[in-house]
Amino acid sequence: MQNEAMVSVEEQQNDVLLSVKDLRTWFELRRYGFVRVGHVRALDGVSFDLKPGEAVAVVGESGCGKSTLAKTILGLEPPTAGEVRFDGRNLGKPTRELLRWYRARVGYVQQDPYGALPPFMSVKRILEEPLIINGVKDRHERQRRIYEALTQLKLTPVEDFLNKYPHMLSGGQQQRVVIARAKILEPKLIVADEPVSMLDASVRVEILQLLRELQREYELAVIYITHDLSTVRYFSERIFVMYGGKIIEQAQMEDLLADPKHPYTEALLRAIPDPHPKNAETMREVPPGEPPSLLNPPLGCRFHPRCSKMIEGLCDQTEPPEVDLGDQHIVGCWLYTDQQS
Amino acid sequence: MRKTSSDSALLRIEGLRLHFKTMRGTVQAVDDVTFSLNRGRTLVVVGESGCGKSSLARGILRLLPRNVETYSGKIYLNGDELMCLTDERFRREVRWVRMSMVPQAAMNSLNPVVRVEDQVAEPLLVHKCVTTREEAYERAREAFRMVGVPLDFMTRYPFELSGGMRQRVALAMALVTDPELVVLDEPTSALDLLTQANIMNVLKQIKKDIGVTFILITHDIATSSELADDAAVMYAGQLVEFCDAGRFYLDPLHPYSRGLMGSVPTLWERKDLMFIPGQPPSLLDPPKGCRFAERCPDRFDKCEEEPPLTEVDVGHWVKCWLHR
Repeated sequence: MQNEAMVSVEEQQNDVLLSVKDLRTWFELRRYGFVRVGHVRALDGVSFDLKPGEAVAVVGESGCGKSTLAKTILGLEPPTAGEVRFDGRNLGKPTRELLRWYRARVGYVQQDPYGALPPFMSVKRILEEPLIINGVKDRHERQRRIYEALTQLKLTPVEDFLNKYPHMLSGGQQQRVVIARAKILEPKLIVADEPVSMLDASVRVEILQLLRELQREYELAVIYITHDLSTVRYFSERIFVMYGGKIIEQAQMEDLLADPKHPYTEALLRAIPDPHPKNAETMREVPPGEPPSLLNPPLGCRFHPRCSKMIEGLCDQTEPPEVDLGDQHIVGCWLYTDQQS
Repeated sequence: MRKTSSDSALLRIEGLRLHFKTMRGTVQAVDDVTFSLNRGRTLVVVGESGCGKSSLARGILRLLPRNVETYSGKIYLNGDELMCLTDERFRREVRWVRMSMVPQAAMNSLNPVVRVEDQVAEPLLVHKCVTTREEAYERAREAFRMVGVPLDFMTRYPFELSGGMRQRVALAMALVTDPELVVLDEPTSALDLLTQANIMNVLKQIKKDIGVTFILITHDIATSSELADDAAVMYAGQLVEFCDAGRFYLDPLHPYSRGLMGSVPTLWERKDLMFIPGQPPSLLDPPKGCRFAERCPDRFDKCEEEPPLTEVDVGHWVKCWLHR
């Protein structure tokens, strides 16, 4: 009996690439340098599982904790509580070896490509360095992998780019070098934090499509973090909506568009225009107020001060549970507690 | 001060050029731009970064950096030619009195050590639009009401306000002198989605209430449709298409405008996204013929010559050999 249970746990773990449980990242706030005055709860209880080869999008407004989520997953910020498991290994207090093992399997695509690339290194050196650090000793092998990565990202002819420095490239090309660097070690997971928000509209789509192709071809798991909901559909099937340091709704993109459950998601979707001349004729409905302070978040549901469907005595007192509505649609809202599947 | 003229065009620009001197040569940021805008309408200027749309705004308001090489053409505001005014007269009689601007990242351009009410009242006092301080603050209060900032925020400092509120204060500063034309340079691009929608609502309401003419400069095509009556598309320093919003969002003619519209991701409508391969030409040495030819899917021999901006339909101007 016990053995069986063990096996099933093992199996489950094999099926999950990244598992995040009740992750909290708080930043200490000090006054005069040493008096502790409180915590900014940037990430406050986030849990999800990611399968190998799965693409998810995390959307939310600035200050909702989406970048902190990325950084905590990447091990750039130590979590205050909760755990991150990658391929079954707990990354709680990583040793050097564990971090090295982990970082060879996870790629990071930053928001600002120019800031992410060292200005004094040529494209070739930028791409070669991770290979050298991770012990690819054969020069021809390194060369082959650099060529392969640049070709995949359509930076061709490769010879033209190898000896260029970041400032000689356009924004789109820089971002492609960043992606090439993230994938050159053939990672299993790529975390892309707003990879296209600094780029022009006409290039954005191209970069997203390239990322998508890589994801499909190599069965890469990708976490795509963005504030721009309209690009999500072109990238992933599953979406997490964050608000005030929590994931308040997760669903398949099509379900979310057709039937958003959380009042915040509804408001967010209503605020996004498709380009059409008719938009100028009507006003948009927008909930009043602003996102909560993460220093002192409101009691109960964090959206309740702005919510039009707030239930008094409940939403403003007790945090809502995560309600599973079936079909991978999970919402953190009191309105749906009777629909639990 | 204000003249009424039989010409319904509030702003008319003819052959505006703005070239900058740099170490590497002349940058032709705005090159031969011509259009006219009627009173009470909102013109949206779209284009990729570096296409000269912000320089166009600066050229209209004559807020020029020091390295200007060429600044020529004609700008008529309500029939008055502005280019012949001296800088001093332009500053005293036109800028912020008859036209004003909300600069890019305006919310960070407020003075951090001055209360917001003083900042909003300042243009009135500087330009002597009012006689007493009380009157100036009364007008400032009106402007705050218009942009939806609670009046008890007036005595606060900018850091005590959120980004959206600061943006509204910048807008109040531009509106307080009751100008005929307000140029908005990327007014919402640094803001969150919901705040962005809020500011757009405020702008719509103002447009309806006081009929001010806006020029909205942006790269965000989806959001721009919230306010647009007319649209102008810029590419590599030139105006390549000018038409009303209906035609621009539904059926633009210039291959660049079509590519741009095709690359806008849409949330509700399902479509296959396109992108424009390549990148815009350097403005240091732009190509001789059509500047878009290199990236254009429909180019042909003729494109080696520069196409003129032609009126293909009433009020629809296109700079392309395909549409003559």
